[in-house]
Amino acid sequence: MATDTSPAAPAAEPVVSMRNASLRFGDRLLWDGLDLDIAPGEFLAVLGPNGSGKTTMLRTLMGLQELSGGTVKIAGRPATRGSRQVGTIPQQRSFDDNTPLRARDLVALGIDGHKWGIRLKRKAMRRRVDELLELVGATSYAERPVGVLSGGEQQRLRAAQALADDPRLLLCDEPLLSLDLHHQQAISGLIHRQACDHGAAVVFVTHEINPILQYVDRVLYLAGGRFHIGTPGEVMRSEVLSELYGAPIEVFESNGRIVVVGMPETVTHANPQQRAHPLQGA
Amino acid sequence: MDLSEIWSTVFSFEDYAEILPLVSNSLIAGALLGLVGGMIGIFVMLRDMAFAVHGIAELSFAGAAFALLIGTNVVVGSLVGSVLASLLLGIMGAAAKDRNSIIGVLMPFGLGLGILFLALYQGRSANKFGLLTGQIVAVDTVQLGVLAVCSVIVMVALVAMWRPLTFISVDPAVAAARGIPAARLSVAFMVVLGLAVALSIQVVGALLVLALLITPAAAAIRVTSNPVLTVSLSVAFAMTSVVGGILLALAGSLPISPYVTTISFLIYLVCRLIAWRRDRVRHSEKMAAVAA
Repeated sequence: MATDTSPAAPAAEPVVSMRNASLRFGDRLLWDGLDLDIAPGEFLAVLGPNGSGKTTMLRTLMGLQELSGGTVKIAGRPATRGSRQVGTIPQQRSFDDNTPLRARDLVALGIDGHKWGIRLKRKAMRRRVDELLELVGATSYAERPVGVLSGGEQQRLRAAQALADDPRLLLCDEPLLSLDLHHQQAISGLIHRQACDHGAAVVFVTHEINPILQYVDRVLYLAGGRFHIGTPGEVMRSEVLSELYGAPIEVFESNGRIVVVGMPETVTHANPQQRAHPLQGA
Repeated sequence: MDLSEIWSTVFSFEDYAEILPLVSNSLIAGALLGLVGGMIGIFVMLRDMAFAVHGIAELSFAGAAFALLIGTNVVVGSLVGSVLASLLLGIMGAAAKDRNSIIGVLMPFGLGLGILFLALYQGRSANKFGLLTGQIVAVDTVQLGVLAVCSVIVMVALVAMWRPLTFISVDPAVAAARGIPAARLSVAFMVVLGLAVALSIQVVGALLVLALLITPAAAAIRVTSNPVLTVSLSVAFAMTSVVGGILLALAGSLPISPYVTTISFLIYLVCRLIAWRRDRVRHSEKMAAVAA
């Protein structure tokens, strides 16, 4: 099991630092002995089948889930919930048609929704929200109710919320799920830009590496209580995945896309729009 | 009773000028309750808790009936009943699914208890009926004081938790990531809701609280998605229903609740009509844009 702890830019202090981290629920081990440093500006993709602890890993970084063993630090300090240094983009989840919020109100909640009372500095907030909407290309539907927006439009608002505090760490939980190709590119491009321009570290949980392959520096692959860390070229190989799954798996590269064949059934709940490509295999 | 007799019973404005000053306390109480109902209704809608409101109201009714039976203050009895019920729901039924089944279990129990207490009660039968369908006997100054204090508590609490409560209600995943203590806020909201239900029962009765706590907010949400406008409209609708209902019911001998519920229902209908027309226009504009 290869454990690559050397960050891309060794000079900078790592944004995320996990040491001998383990997580188990009862007698089910999700992962164990995880050492991981994520440098500023680094884009880490977390892959693995359902139930392998991908989302739980994000929750530990958010400070919502305690490790069973080891330590996790964000910018040198133990992970705490509600940290201003951490931005989150969740899975797309539709809003009720009659939710009394417009696009701009959702973004505003992402900025100050944790504060008590009602909003007083409305003008300053309006300006800040306008900037963020512009940044994510959502200005044209700023006044529309969130309930009538498409999944892709909603995810742009999620990006705006997450970027509001200029976070040092951006946690993404399958943010591209059920989006069309155009929006997938736009959202992943936005996330990548935060890493490039602002030196944020990105942890991107996904079923599907291809939409973000061009941005990924390293892959953390979780499966069956084990894991493997390395560049996409090191991890996305037939031998590595076969060993992780304990089953014969073949990985092909075609036109800059990675095609995995022979994956056990549990991983095939991916994006239906992607089924047209031979990504999941048998 | 023929139709014209019914009409003159329902709408009677004899001696209106003399009666009006006598009920100024009731009007103030009604306006306060409209304010409370319009505000809290928004959260009841956001959190999908219409059924919980109904359940709390039945247990509040049981509390009020018990107070009537043992001869203590009915308002206090109904407050105790609904705050207990809402605490129970807040702690036991965090998930909406659990909550609905727990309400389904508690509600008939509460109603049954209430009926038992009323059956044992030997006093005026008008008092009994009033608990279920509303009692607009002139509110005296002491009652007005209790209502006003409780209303202010509800409003201050709502304003204090407005933003985080909105956040956990519409966007729980991101709110949790932001570190908002959703569980504690939810319980706090239930207590505030319990207070609001107990207050509303004093005007429209246990069976009809939804007309005050749901209908105005549901109507407002239909016509706008601007949060500030939604709250303003919801409050305006609720106050119009209660104050309008009291004014219409004044001279007649009927309870005010049918007036209140009818006004609030009509407002809801108008709002749905407006939303329907707007959506039709939007839809045809979209079609035109696609065609162009």
